[in-house]
Amino acid sequence: MPQSAEQILDHAPLFREPEYRQMLAEKKLNFECPHPDQIVTDQGAYTETWEYREKNLAREALVVNPAKGCQPLGAVFAAAGFERTMSFVHGSQGCVAYYRSHLSRHFKEPSSAVSSSMTEDAAVFGGLKNMVDGLANTYTLYDPKMIAVSTTCMAEVIGDDLHGFIENAKNEGSVPPEFDVPFAHTPAFVDGYDAMVKGILEHFWKGKERTKEAGTINIIPGFDGFCVGNNRELKRLLNLMGVSYTFIQDASDQFDTPSDGEFRMYDGGTKIKDVRAALNAEATLSLQHYNTRRTLEYCREVEQATASFHYPLGVKATDEFLMKVSDISGKEIPETIRLERGRLIDAMADSQSWLHGKKYAIYGDPDFVYAIARFVMETGGEPIHCLATNGTPAWEREMKELLASSPFGKDAQVWAGKDLWAMRSLLFTEPVDLLIGNSYGKYLERDTGTPLIRLMFPIFDRHHHHRFPLMGYQGGLRVLTTILDKIFDKLDRESMQVGVTDYSYDLTR
Amino acid sequence: MSLDYENDSARHEELIAQVLSQYPHKAAKRRQKHLSVATDREEVGGEAQTISECDVKSNIKSIPGVMTIRGCAYAGSKGVVWGPVKDMVHVSHGPVGCGQYSWSQRRNYYVGTTGVDTFVTMQFTSDFQEKDIVFGGDKKLEKIIDEIEELFPLNNGITVQSECPIGLIGDDIEAVSRKKAKEHEKTIVPVRCEGFRGVSQSLGHHIANDAIRDWVFGKADVEFETGPYDVNVVGDYNIGGDAWASRILLEEMGLRVVGNWSGDATLAEVERAPKAKLNLIHCYRSMNYICRHMEERYGIPWLEYNFFGPSQIEASLRKIAKHFGPTIEERAEKVISKYRPLVDAVIDKYWPRLEGKRVMLYVGGLRPRHVITAYEDLGMQIVGTGYEFAHNDDYQRTGHYVKKGTLIYDDVTSYELDKFIERIRPDLVGSGIKEKYPVQKMGIPFRQMHSWDYSGPYHGYDGFAIFARDMDLAINNPVWDLYDAPWKKVAAPGAAVSAE
Repeated sequence: MPQSAEQILDHAPLFREPEYRQMLAEKKLNFECPHPDQIVTDQGAYTETWEYREKNLAREALVVNPAKGCQPLGAVFAAAGFERTMSFVHGSQGCVAYYRSHLSRHFKEPSSAVSSSMTEDAAVFGGLKNMVDGLANTYTLYDPKMIAVSTTCMAEVIGDDLHGFIENAKNEGSVPPEFDVPFAHTPAFVDGYDAMVKGILEHFWKGKERTKEAGTINIIPGFDGFCVGNNRELKRLLNLMGVSYTFIQDASDQFDTPSDGEFRMYDGGTKIKDVRAALNAEATLSLQHYNTRRTLEYCREVEQATASFHYPLGVKATDEFLMKVSDISGKEIPETIRLERGRLIDAMADSQSWLHGKKYAIYGDPDFVYAIARFVMETGGEPIHCLATNGTPAWEREMKELLASSPFGKDAQVWAGKDLWAMRSLLFTEPVDLLIGNSYGKYLERDTGTPLIRLMFPIFDRHHHHRFPLMGYQGGLRVLTTILDKIFDKLDRESMQVGVTDYSYDLTR
Repeated sequence: MSLDYENDSARHEELIAQVLSQYPHKAAKRRQKHLSVATDREEVGGEAQTISECDVKSNIKSIPGVMTIRGCAYAGSKGVVWGPVKDMVHVSHGPVGCGQYSWSQRRNYYVGTTGVDTFVTMQFTSDFQEKDIVFGGDKKLEKIIDEIEELFPLNNGITVQSECPIGLIGDDIEAVSRKKAKEHEKTIVPVRCEGFRGVSQSLGHHIANDAIRDWVFGKADVEFETGPYDVNVVGDYNIGGDAWASRILLEEMGLRVVGNWSGDATLAEVERAPKAKLNLIHCYRSMNYICRHMEERYGIPWLEYNFFGPSQIEASLRKIAKHFGPTIEERAEKVISKYRPLVDAVIDKYWPRLEGKRVMLYVGGLRPRHVITAYEDLGMQIVGTGYEFAHNDDYQRTGHYVKKGTLIYDDVTSYELDKFIERIRPDLVGSGIKEKYPVQKMGIPFRQMHSWDYSGPYHGYDGFAIFARDMDLAINNPVWDLYDAPWKKVAAPGAAVSAE
């Protein structure tokens, strides 16, 4: 009997006990009708070949293990970055259960959103009644300052008109006429973050007179699983510079509430009065070009200057961001920040021998992949595979320009629109030293043996990394340390066999 | 070892009134029917039984805008019933999100070479774009099936798990499945589990069961030498290895588990099910449909059992053994005595640490009732319980488990649950990921009772030891005593009072 009260075995060791091993072997043999072992081994080996890779990359319809979510998730995340704002997702209710779970699993935090719970009858007659009742219930029960409405595929396919529905609901008294209910149509095939932020800005800015306040800046962070660490770090830098700025969408407090006995359904976020005032800013900067394109276009329509970045991380990207801020605000970059920069460079110099020539595979959202590829090259690393499932041809061009700008990018390949099953073939046929992505990459680590570094949403199986920044020089230091830890851990693991490899098990590295 | 206790009915009635008073009138009227306090049936019916009555409305539409915790039919079919069948490829047919968010989240353990002969922890999707919605996705689905055959030739079948748009744009996935099944000589199962169907996951379970009936049973020639003690385990999804910790007991008592549905299952196990002598059903809610069908069509009886905690395990082993007669009954007794020392040691160790602790539950299919006795075996008390997607027959069965005065909540809203927990302040809450963090912020220990909070198994005797250990570590961790900043406590009691 494997289990005992003194030493309670968890699932991993428990099922390796002889009783269970025998039981599972017999189950397989007698009841599963498996393929013969040799056939499975051969097929497994075949998936590692160039021939399989070519078939795999030639896929036209099937998507396997994609590295992207759907867009209403972005809308729900976006809404979480505004003061006392409840996300109201119009359509099927299962979607909302998924968004909430997904966000909670990453942030280890509550995630609140409501659904209009449409079912078959709403599919036939439309979801107006659901909107009318739903807004009234949400407003009464959850005491929000704003309700941000987005849509699931279902509501989009049947063509529900949010603008008209919300008007109707207001006429029926679901919420007071002056209560803010911005909305965005977010079928699963557009950028939900972008649509929701744009929807909120339009709601507050449309028809309003703009009085430009020179030197003031809006910052839109984009969908960022590290918003907690990043937004706080950027604010620290901007405060050091003395810049007048507004974060448009800031979920850093919402997804990092303290445990002190009180559940805060809402915390932090951009204040509604600040969203209104943000119309007057001289410029709006986006930290993630690819999920704010339509919002920035709207900012230009209201005659703000705009600039966008690709997740400013590492040395030059942070330099450029700070210089742009300095340029617009007229504020100098203070000496303290120059010293911080110097400390990051110092760390990179100290460790350069361990980083030079390391080969990387990088996947994730387009701006993130760009940022990491750029930083890796700054450390002397060589991106080999750069993959974004939601990467566009424009992204591919920009990536190629970036990679062409450095000798360390010469062997890199850019894979727009490909998934992680494609990445598996790439890693088998053209192996690298390190894989950078998110938790889903652990299956690639298992199959190909490539060590995985988790730096992007979602991270389910490691805790709290998102509470620390990746952006800015401090963030760069953190990314650097994370990469180095992985390299040293691997080196130790490979050199710790007593009397065989441990001559290399060096105390100082 | 049934615990004797009673909950505070009057207080719970008052709590229900309090939360209902916060709703708009129309919603309050609807929610009222879902909330109740368990009464003794003696009081209401006059029958001399000690079971309780949990009289709530269930399995009806959630109210818009109230933050229901429920999921959808797709979650019930792909996420629960079909997803764990390990040697088949399950295509999430439609846009990318549904498959992405449910990818690897149910912890259906299995053994196999993932991506080669098993596929559970992978996400296969048709990743619909606007053009697929406009022009339809049948052509794309055909191509997807061809590509699966090319790249994953050792799959033993494919299921097509429909997402919302499929049913709305009028795709004919049945025709595609038939055509491709013939072409590739494979089992291909179309499942109409679009998320807008029905009121919760529950209809998805039913649709998935029906798909087994219509697209698997009777389709393949099943050659199988049957035996007198052949059973199917139905409705055990092997979360954290639950089905394995159960199977070991059934085999020890001399039964032959010829199929396990659907954790760690292969298609062959599903196909041969009609040849078994008895269906043992654990999660009644999600798989009773197919058991009833097998009873009607193939004359296979079915029997509900409960493998949470020693009291229920013993009772279940005896009940199952009785079906097969003295030989098996004798062996069942041997199994029970074999594990008795383990059970005693676990209870001796944890009872003193858990005795009298009050628990609130809010879970899915069977657990809101099935785990109650496991807690009571450790000296703990259940003050409230409820289901996301139960039907009336589940609440009838719950009466056998709960004590008088237990707060009952069906399809609870986040608002209600938060308020109930805040005011009852139980010592432990068992629910899902969406509920975990709000509860912990309040300083109340929590265990996820869908995923076993990444632990498990909780079934069987081996699982009970882990269950007891987990409840102890949740409740007795020192972090719960660190919530108050000491200077704040000392500061000014007067200020605290005035802040109320």
